[in-house]
Amino acid sequence: MTPFTTLTADAAPLLRDNVDTDAIIPSREMTSVGKSGLADGLFAGWRYTALGSREPDPAFVLNDPAYADARILLSGANFGCGSSREHAAWALAEYGFRAVIAPSFNPIFRGNCVRNGIVPIELDAVVIAKEPGPLTIDLPAQTVRAVSGACWRFAIDDEAKAMLVGGLDAIDLTSLRRAEIEAFRSADRARRPWVYLS
Amino acid sequence: MALRTAFEKIWDAHCIADLGGGTGLILIDRVLLHERTGGVALESLAAAGRTVNAPAQAFATMDHVVDTRPGRTDHTIMPTGTDFIRATRAAAQAAGLTLFDLGDPRQGIVHVVSPEQGIVLPGVTLVCPDSHTCSQGAIGALAWGIGSTEAEHALATSTLRVKKPKTMRVTVDGTLGAGVTPKDLALHLLARFGAGGAKGHVVEYAGSAVRALDVEGRLTLCNMATEFSAFTAFIAADETVFDYLRGRPYAPPDTEWDRAVANWQTLHSDADAVFDVDLAIDAADVAPMVTWGTSPQQAAKLDGAVPAYATVAERDTREGYDRALAYMDVVPATPLAGLRIDAAFLGSCTNSRLSDLRRAAAILRGRTVAPWVRAICVPGSTQVKLAAEAEGIDAIFRAAGFEWREAGCSMCFFSGGESFGAHERVISSTNRNFESRQGPQTRTHLASPEVVVASAIFGAITDPRSLA
Repeated sequence: MTPFTTLTADAAPLLRDNVDTDAIIPSREMTSVGKSGLADGLFAGWRYTALGSREPDPAFVLNDPAYADARILLSGANFGCGSSREHAAWALAEYGFRAVIAPSFNPIFRGNCVRNGIVPIELDAVVIAKEPGPLTIDLPAQTVRAVSGACWRFAIDDEAKAMLVGGLDAIDLTSLRRAEIEAFRSADRARRPWVYLS
Repeated sequence: MALRTAFEKIWDAHCIADLGGGTGLILIDRVLLHERTGGVALESLAAAGRTVNAPAQAFATMDHVVDTRPGRTDHTIMPTGTDFIRATRAAAQAAGLTLFDLGDPRQGIVHVVSPEQGIVLPGVTLVCPDSHTCSQGAIGALAWGIGSTEAEHALATSTLRVKKPKTMRVTVDGTLGAGVTPKDLALHLLARFGAGGAKGHVVEYAGSAVRALDVEGRLTLCNMATEFSAFTAFIAADETVFDYLRGRPYAPPDTEWDRAVANWQTLHSDADAVFDVDLAIDAADVAPMVTWGTSPQQAAKLDGAVPAYATVAERDTREGYDRALAYMDVVPATPLAGLRIDAAFLGSCTNSRLSDLRRAAAILRGRTVAPWVRAICVPGSTQVKLAAEAEGIDAIFRAAGFEWREAGCSMCFFSGGESFGAHERVISSTNRNFESRQGPQTRTHLASPEVVVASAIFGAITDPRSLA
């Protein structure tokens, strides 16, 4: 996973509450078993003029040339609600988004972002969207700064921050504790033998 | 020891290490997979040269993209569904997982199958790359939905790195009225507190109205905790759950039963344990519900009307409200009962269990579906289907004009195969009324199984209490 420290980029405003993962990547766009080939399907129901079409709908924000290079998405409350499909995070990342700023996130989606190098930032995106020009995200400092100098500090838990800043692989990290895990499992098996099916 | 919630007791019993910053390394007892998001996790794991640490405690089933039409095979109506089925089958077999494949009498929707087989148990940690895993908290487990990458982590290490969620208790005291179901309770909570209302908390449902629910009703209530933006839902296991589990294939054998129950009986919240958020509602305030918009929070009493903006302004933005009304083709003050429907769908991990089908069949018996309505019933598992058929429930559905399907998720969502038509209005026992969820531009109204069949009969949204 690509480490994330700072990013200066345009931010596309999609200021709707409850943007669900069906909207981010419709199920019909998840046509192969892998994790790639999803960027074209990102927001397909809103981005194109008709089902199955790839003709851009000019009314949709990502089709506005002003946001052609956007790497930050601004949205409303409860972003990423609905299906747990990680394809939503894979599609956003493949399209080029490295951060989403929204007042709140669905918990599963938030986790999926962190596992894929996308920073979920809990801030009022409506206020930030009023600022002209690109935004600068400084993850180690936990700030979002606008060209005007306006600056917002955001909260993120230590584990998520460490994963994102270090570009770490969680399985590798946890595997360092294999002996500790197996010792715990042995003791637990004695306490709760019915849980262990072999 | 300090007073603890049931969640904290299960967390403490599974916390291998404190990773700092409120994150724990948590032992995972069960991993469940389905072909939609599980195959990719298993393939990715294998590609990285990693193996499944505890394959005997990992299960896979086929539910999401398999056809539900009779005579189904690996070949799906969804254009590339076959790839998902075969990839998951091959990867599950290679990894040594137990697979409930097509044709296996244990096959079905993962959250229906797991309780049915006794895979989920009180006090276990269970994860699945599926948001409705919260359903299984109804058994007294800590069960939650994750992404595919986290599923790889759980499979490879028997653990997850979890930021400890906050706790919320929703106490429902009193008695649900006649004809009021757990689905109505779930929709009531969403309408009242909003789709973000649970804010990533573990929600413990408590109170006399919850205690009074059977296991299948509890599964329905917990199912929609993800629509509530909860980390998951939980109901402390009691005799109702113990009786339900005894003798199921993966439940503790008789030799370990008493010891297991003794352990499970400790997994309730201490009387004065403190929750971060504590809500209480009166069961008598809950009425049959139906959604009118495109978020599950956009729900109202069935005998009410599409609300005026002023009454929902606390939860809906003006833009979101207007957008939902336009999509659903409804206007404020329109009574919900009487809205003409094109289709009725009974199924999904929310409401497709035997008790759901029995209650629906009791209304449907001797009646027929309105001629303009396409009506479909999809049992949640092959076990449910076989049990329903043994009772003659299938005959009631068929005689009424319902299609009677094989088990699976079916048209709860549109994955490129079967769907309802553009602008069709569907009354549905499922959990999501998002734009284009059940088909491109399809208009979904969520409700209980009773409302689904009553509406199918009249061809318009109907209060089932009028048919009692």
